[in-house]
Amino acid sequence: MNSNVSHDKGQEFSDARTQKIHENAKVLEKIAEASQPEWIVEPGPHLSDKSTTRRLMIDVIVALIPAMAVAVWVFGFNAIRLTGLCLVSCLATEYLFNLIRKRPGTLGDFSAVVTAIILAFSLPPTLPNFAVILGSVAAIAIGKMIFGGLGQNIFNPAMVGRAFLMTAFPVLMTTWVAPVDWKVDSSAPAAVAGENVDAVSQATPLTMLKPGSADRKLPVLRELIIGRTSGSLGETSVVALLLGAVYLLARRTITWHIPLGMLGSAVIFAGIAYMAAPGKFVNPMFHLGAGAMIFGAFYIATDLVSSPLSRKGQLIYGVGCGVLTMVIRQFGTYPEGVMFSILMMNGLAPLITRYTISKPLGGNVRA
Amino acid sequence: MIAEKLIAKMTRKKVFPRGIHPNDSKSATCEQPITPLAWPAEVTIPLQQHIGAPASPMVTPRQDVKKGEQIAAAGGFVSAPVHSGVGGKVGPLTTCLVPTGKRVPAVSIKTQSVPSEEQLQAELEEYLSPAGEVRPIGELSPETIIESAQNAGLVGMGGATFPTHVKLKIGPNKTIDTIVINGSECEPFLTADDRLMQQAPSLVVRGLELAMRATGASRGVIAIEDNKRKAIESMRQAVAGKSNLEVAVCMTKYPMGGERQLLPAVLGRVIPTGGLPLDVGVVVLNVATSISLAHAVDRGRPVTHRVLTVTGAVNRPGNFFVPIGTPISWVIEQAGGLRKDAAMVLMGGPMMGVTMPDLSIPVIKGTSGITVLSRSEVRKMDQTACIKCGRCVENCPLKLSPTRIAHAVKMGDLELAESFNLMACCECGCCSYVCPARMPLVQYLKSGKAAVLRKRAAAKAASTK
Repeated sequence: MNSNVSHDKGQEFSDARTQKIHENAKVLEKIAEASQPEWIVEPGPHLSDKSTTRRLMIDVIVALIPAMAVAVWVFGFNAIRLTGLCLVSCLATEYLFNLIRKRPGTLGDFSAVVTAIILAFSLPPTLPNFAVILGSVAAIAIGKMIFGGLGQNIFNPAMVGRAFLMTAFPVLMTTWVAPVDWKVDSSAPAAVAGENVDAVSQATPLTMLKPGSADRKLPVLRELIIGRTSGSLGETSVVALLLGAVYLLARRTITWHIPLGMLGSAVIFAGIAYMAAPGKFVNPMFHLGAGAMIFGAFYIATDLVSSPLSRKGQLIYGVGCGVLTMVIRQFGTYPEGVMFSILMMNGLAPLITRYTISKPLGGNVRA
Repeated sequence: MIAEKLIAKMTRKKVFPRGIHPNDSKSATCEQPITPLAWPAEVTIPLQQHIGAPASPMVTPRQDVKKGEQIAAAGGFVSAPVHSGVGGKVGPLTTCLVPTGKRVPAVSIKTQSVPSEEQLQAELEEYLSPAGEVRPIGELSPETIIESAQNAGLVGMGGATFPTHVKLKIGPNKTIDTIVINGSECEPFLTADDRLMQQAPSLVVRGLELAMRATGASRGVIAIEDNKRKAIESMRQAVAGKSNLEVAVCMTKYPMGGERQLLPAVLGRVIPTGGLPLDVGVVVLNVATSISLAHAVDRGRPVTHRVLTVTGAVNRPGNFFVPIGTPISWVIEQAGGLRKDAAMVLMGGPMMGVTMPDLSIPVIKGTSGITVLSRSEVRKMDQTACIKCGRCVENCPLKLSPTRIAHAVKMGDLELAESFNLMACCECGCCSYVCPARMPLVQYLKSGKAAVLRKRAAAKAASTK
């Protein structure tokens, strides 16, 4: 009896409670409906073109594929070793930095991949593993992340890494090998990482120009165009680099301003010197094809972040890169000047932007 | 840019430097004739659909109003009266949201004696045809024309909603030599002006001639983008034999319809920063405004309806003749309802249109279209840091540096932003469109401009105290 009553009461209670819950649910639903906007509300414009940061970076990577292929042909296993090591250590450095700074991951923008490949392509093929890793860490950590990551850096990260190696290991960074001779001994390029005793050392076309160089047997232009010369990993083949450059220009990933400024000014500079003293200076076309001139003009100097904003400024910046490179090559102690000239112009880029930014249509706003 | 200039020169088309080329997406509605929209059960007519002072209501609740009756009087010179496009019983005075996001006073009217389809069609046909007997232009004084525009509640129907009579009343020390009818309709998706030029060309010309008479201008130009071939053809026929009128064919490019781009392209005149077309001797009128001016003068017809495009993710996209105050939800329902993938409702087009949080917002005098974007069309916001690519700088039609200004605004340094000419921005959105880092650049610029205006207002208030 007792239990019956209590049961009834329970029934009553639970009915009322159920009803209440249902009512509450309805109210909650309504509140949810009211507070949750049914429509996406956001600022315009609501359309955009297809380019994204990632797409731009992937374009650069695709453009470097022909140069990579030539690098493997010319320098063998070292090409894969350098590029692979740079990739792993650059990506790992960026990942760790984001982890320490408690920031969301940024590997997805692919900018670290581009830095890694450009750094690898600018290193001597026989550079030992530890140096490659150190250079990659310097490129990403000192070159990019301590400034605040992508877009904040003043200097081109890959060139910062290379400059670090140049100062830390000057001998390793100026030890060059001859292209792999696939016919004679296919095992030679497989010289184990860091143990490059088998590799035949050979001066680069640019070191041959310097006074006191042992062998002054300059390669003919055809060799420079194809790229079977000694030099940094990815810089030797003019034709492969130009192939990628055409792709970048066609995709509008880069514009013509920086490359034209840099190559044009370098040719004019070298041309004047050549005409003034043909015995002392070499044909300007040689300077165009040798060293990192083409690689620098289309892939390093055109780095979006570290170059000026305005098109006019980019032209000036390109001219600065070209002239400084030629000054170092022809009057400095270093045989090559692309890295230093680009780093110097990187430092000037904000100033160039400041002085070349256009006035608004219709004039400045009057105070 | 050089190639484009050459092509423009060879084809005798008009173009301005920089700007962008979004897909125009006009094919869904550009062949759809204008159709009248059935009256909704209730309209909510905002009393401030224009720039300037709000209008003050002239009706009381439960009063009957007739179609075309004035329901609010202008609140000053820079203001416009409001008329009802439907007949019915006035409900309580309320407020409503307008597309700009402001809540303004409004009059709601429950429609009564709803017209039949034939009656609606007849009204539309009357709207699209010239008045039977019109007074020759020479007999009308500029004052009469301006007064008619003022009484009709005429405002810029391209979206800016500036009272037209203020625009046409030229000060004593200014001269106007040219009127430009802006038929460029550069906003993707929208085709209302295109249809009006095809279906009512003589009214566009009549409005242009009236505006020329009112301002003393001797030259009239109708500017149309080259993706509207039929409109160009019909307007050319309408101006044939009139030596002072011409049709200027512009290249299709966004934002051609902005005054600061249109005038350099069509007339080679650059509006000074902070100035108006008036400063270079020009008044620019939208196609729909021109037609409404003709109606105001020749028929005494107030602005109670407008033609707008309903397009995108709706089942029957088209161009409709809509009474002002009709809620968006009703307009969309008449256009066949929303498609399942509809994600975003815009008043206007996708470039400068405003997202609607609520579909009860009414159509106003400046509503040129309702665009519904589908889930796949909505801009993805996978934002990265600015990579300083300079594309916003390269494409800004006003030659500004959006990324530098946006960063200054982001840092809260309004003075720096102003020194980068923040206040010159026309908010066209080209910078956001091209940005590979997907930064909401134009949004930073808009909020920066608003902050500067607030700061100035506060300084002014402090100095007057």
